[in-house]
Amino acid sequence: MKLLDRIFGPSHAEVGLSRIGFLATALILLLVLPLTLDVFRLGLAAKYLSLAFSAVGIVLIWGYGGILSLGQGFFFGLGSYMLAMFLKLEATNSDGSAQALATFFGSNLPDFMVWNSVEELPFWWEPFNYVWFTLPAIVVLPAGLAFFFSYAAFRRRIGSVYFSIVTLSLSAILAIMIIGQQGVTGGVNGINDFRTFMGINLDSDSAKVTMYFVAASLLLLAMLVCGFVLNSRLGRVVIAIRDNEDRVRFSGYNPALFKAFIFAIAAVLSSIGGAIFTIQQSLASPSLVGIVPSIEMVIYAAVGGRLSLVGAVLGAMLVGTAKTVFSENFATLWVYFIGFLFVFVVMYLPNGIVGLLTWLRGFRNMHDGSKN
Amino acid sequence: MSNKFVLQIENLTVSFDGFKAVDGLNFDLEPNALHCVIGPNGAGKTTLLDMICGKTKPTGGKILFKDIDITELMEYQITRLGIGRKFQTPSVYDQLTVFENLEISHPNPRGVLGSVFFKRTDSMTQKISEVANKIFLGDHLNDTAAILSHGQKQWLEIGMLLMQDPELILLDEPVAGMSAKEREKTAALLNEISRGRSIIVIEHDMAFVKMVAKKVTVLHQGKVLAEGTLDKVQEDEQVKLVYLGH
Repeated sequence: MKLLDRIFGPSHAEVGLSRIGFLATALILLLVLPLTLDVFRLGLAAKYLSLAFSAVGIVLIWGYGGILSLGQGFFFGLGSYMLAMFLKLEATNSDGSAQALATFFGSNLPDFMVWNSVEELPFWWEPFNYVWFTLPAIVVLPAGLAFFFSYAAFRRRIGSVYFSIVTLSLSAILAIMIIGQQGVTGGVNGINDFRTFMGINLDSDSAKVTMYFVAASLLLLAMLVCGFVLNSRLGRVVIAIRDNEDRVRFSGYNPALFKAFIFAIAAVLSSIGGAIFTIQQSLASPSLVGIVPSIEMVIYAAVGGRLSLVGAVLGAMLVGTAKTVFSENFATLWVYFIGFLFVFVVMYLPNGIVGLLTWLRGFRNMHDGSKN
Repeated sequence: MSNKFVLQIENLTVSFDGFKAVDGLNFDLEPNALHCVIGPNGAGKTTLLDMICGKTKPTGGKILFKDIDITELMEYQITRLGIGRKFQTPSVYDQLTVFENLEISHPNPRGVLGSVFFKRTDSMTQKISEVANKIFLGDHLNDTAAILSHGQKQWLEIGMLLMQDPELILLDEPVAGMSAKEREKTAALLNEISRGRSIIVIEHDMAFVKMVAKKVTVLHQGKVLAEGTLDKVQEDEQVKLVYLGH
């Protein structure tokens, strides 16, 4: 079918998304995991899936665009906090115990604001009373911010390592702001203690399973969209920019516009991932906004394979699981381990696990061929 | 004056940290001319092309293309007006095929959304194969550019310019690193594509210049030293002194 070719590329030259890899991922996410994991483990899997959104975006901008962003935590945080604000306001207005607490203090604000003696809801919280504002904002706001911010940078030819540093500071700034403005952001504790979304109880098993399937389906959809983008003419222009930006400029393109566009897509994906994280885990926390989580997101893509959308998901799941196992047992060693992993992958496996698999397959084919 | 020249350069100057690479240069280019610019190393030849296509901004003077002042425009805007530039070292997209290299050099579409929803038309496929045949790469459409020989990459970059149908082509040492046979083919190619458009060629190889040039400009220390047919400038005493070395 024509559309399939435009998503996966012609079968002889698959760019970004391989057919078999995508089918396998869909099978695992929609069938194998739900059938084999209990609700608690499925919740954990959903947590890694939410981080996989960022990794998928990083394949787009880093693997194909050559733009290393160390600021995806910033956009993850935007999505996460925007949804948390909505959920917190809903909890404040509907939850019996929250209302009792508020009445006791003579206020109708979220609990952490009460404790911090904030007397009035900040004006920028107001729109998050409404779901029709919150959900579109999770997509539109990061897209707009990412596009205009990065276009300004790319137009001034701020690229490579300088852009990485700028994005790094973006995520650091947001984390510091959140922690510093405890009264209106929940500070280092983040925003938590909300249990319903539009009246639906998020704690029930059925809600958890539903949320898992929503997360998995959205992730698969995101992979398809990115596959479509990478196999379009725009995808080839982006590869061309990575290879030789000057030549693209002298072919009459404005490379800054193309780079800002894919950067905005990656930002939206991170933001959606953040929102999914928040609704799954009932938490928005600055510990998922700052520099360390931003770098971890890059590591997911690097480990899985930065040229492969399937690899990004694989990397997020594997490294996420490893992180859980490690930090349960040797919490302090985790940072050393992940640092070592990153260096190892970049030096010896530039195309990650997927690159390794492709190489092994090619090796086996060659071997078979020589026998015949 | 109007329309008589495709390109008019007036009093063009650029200095890098006080060093004037191009110094008060005046240069006019007639339509349908194949014009060679020669000169010793450091004469300002590449810098001149860089300024015409917008890569380097001049510190003084004016560049008019078809009577439009392009001195301050961005590179992509200059390209869209119809100036194509080939670089000294072949600049192609190594990870894309010859076909894809030519395809993304086609001017439509150049916008972001247009590129996402772009569908290849038959006429574009046809144009790509026409250009590929012209640049002797008709059998290499599905080869990745990285595996092409040096000379083939030079041709591919010329082909990428042809996809844009520019009115003015700027070529920086198009036969550098080519064998004698490839040079002849390139000369024939340039003579063919110069019909209906103007070309400025920077070249060191005198034999090649003799094959293609109708008019030659000699640069020296950022200024025009002599201008005219190759035979005429070769007779020029000053040129002999600074450039031809005898």
